[in-house]
Amino acid sequence: MKILVCISHVPDTTSKINFTDGDTKFDTNGVQFVINPNDEFGLTRAMWFKEKQGASVDVVNVGGAETEPTLRKALAIGADNAIRVNTEAKDGFQVAKELAKVAKDGNYDLVIAGRESIDYNGGMVPGMMAKILGANFVNTCVSLEVDGDKATAIREIDGGKETLTASLPLVIGGQKGLVEESDLKIPNMRGIMMARKKPLNVVEPSNAEAFTSSEKFEKPAPKGDVKLVSEDNLDELINLLHNEAKVI
Amino acid sequence: MSVLVYIESENGKFKKASYEAASYAKGVADQLGTTVTAISINANDNASLGNYGVSKVLNVANDKLAKFNAEAYADAIAQAAKNEDAKVVVIGQTANDKYIAPILAVDLEAGYASNVVELPSSTAPFQVKRTAFTNKAFNVTNISTDVKVIGVSKNAYGLVENNTEASIEDFAPTLADGDFTVNVESVDKAKDKVTIADAEIVVSGGRGLKGPENWGMIEDLAETLGAATACSKPVSDMGWRPHSEHVGQTGKPVASNLYIAVGISGAIQHLAGINASKTKVVINNDPEAPFFKAADYGIVGDAFEVLPKLTEKLKEFKANNA
Repeated sequence: MKILVCISHVPDTTSKINFTDGDTKFDTNGVQFVINPNDEFGLTRAMWFKEKQGASVDVVNVGGAETEPTLRKALAIGADNAIRVNTEAKDGFQVAKELAKVAKDGNYDLVIAGRESIDYNGGMVPGMMAKILGANFVNTCVSLEVDGDKATAIREIDGGKETLTASLPLVIGGQKGLVEESDLKIPNMRGIMMARKKPLNVVEPSNAEAFTSSEKFEKPAPKGDVKLVSEDNLDELINLLHNEAKVI
Repeated sequence: MSVLVYIESENGKFKKASYEAASYAKGVADQLGTTVTAISINANDNASLGNYGVSKVLNVANDKLAKFNAEAYADAIAQAAKNEDAKVVVIGQTANDKYIAPILAVDLEAGYASNVVELPSSTAPFQVKRTAFTNKAFNVTNISTDVKVIGVSKNAYGLVENNTEASIEDFAPTLADGDFTVNVESVDKAKDKVTIADAEIVVSGGRGLKGPENWGMIEDLAETLGAATACSKPVSDMGWRPHSEHVGQTGKPVASNLYIAVGISGAIQHLAGINASKTKVVINNDPEAPFFKAADYGIVGDAFEVLPKLTEKLKEFKANNA
């Protein structure tokens, strides 16, 4: 089984979010970049398929040279090869088209992406990629087993879970649950040394077009101070929730 | 040229989020000087959509669509959009909506903006505001394609009543075998529980509760308020509560009217995930907990004392205001 894991290069979850250039660009100053958490759960599940079922695992990112350390980290975790599509994509549609081309050219059986990246939260790349490829698709996937060319997946739905079956080729929008938090691997020194020698192929983009573009960013309006209520005066809290906030 | 809105139903019934999507579609239609056409699949209460500005309902009644199937649903909606020559297609942001929308966008060669929170600030160029960086910021997005797909966030635009007479037409999309290659084998869904996605109120517990055996207090308070229960990341990582209750940046987002956090310090990732909630209450014994900076109302106190008292008082309040 050939697996492709799509890796988004995103600010660490603890990052302060600021913008520059008249609020048109994300301020990367002092920000540490990581593998998108939803992708990392998928990558770790892919490593399980490699160990238990002899799968090969490649990783891919659409981005500039600054994203290479994130791909190297994926190699250090255990991926075999990395591919970087050398373009700054304007939207998820463009990313999906570039990734679909890589997936098609490489004849992958299983493509794993995160259900969304934690920066733009578009939540569209895996589904679009699947539709472009004509592959089956399972979103918000929390469990995945593959037997031959048959996959059984569990999808999180609002208020529960759904078990699905589909044949390969398959695209997954993954998230926590594919593996547990405690299964995530911190690369060891040997992995890091080996990752330096693994192939990281830079490919030029196709002429995929973006359908949307970012005009600017805005920060939420500053919030007023918290109203503290004494624990001996809970009636006051109920009064505020009922008459002021009107939520009960 | 009408604005098309997909109206999700569950067991034939519409939810509040469905009517919110209809309300939003009406707002866009007014901007464009056109009307709203809705498409529903195996739903019973189509006439009710008129209350939120829908002029025409395309009613799809098809047993093959009895079980949710993203590919087939997207196909049906795309055919309706083409039939209606719709330039704007509105969809909600439930788990199913988010599954359908990217497939639909490819079908229609449409730019797609998800998590949209306001009506377009301009329709030429077409510009919408959406949340980004998990609610830590907004992004103003231009959609440049002829057809546009807009995913409207729950509890953002809200319900806008509008007394319209909705005509109902049967609509029979042509579904191909290729639409049914992902099969639902089973659905496991708690029947009588309020889900985090649907809840108006969410009561959430953190490490301050000291152990899973103390969750009865959270459940009592939630039951009194008709609320869903949730938890912080450490609580789900330690296995005190199921992952499905984890809310935050890597867990579920919460956009309820009221979010009550008990014994949760308020890590930046947690606050991002719940930031779309309208009113936030924090109960924590540490006055320095970061959550107090994000909350509207706060109680500095011991959850083990405050919670049972609060639940009792709310029961009285509910009894007097029933």
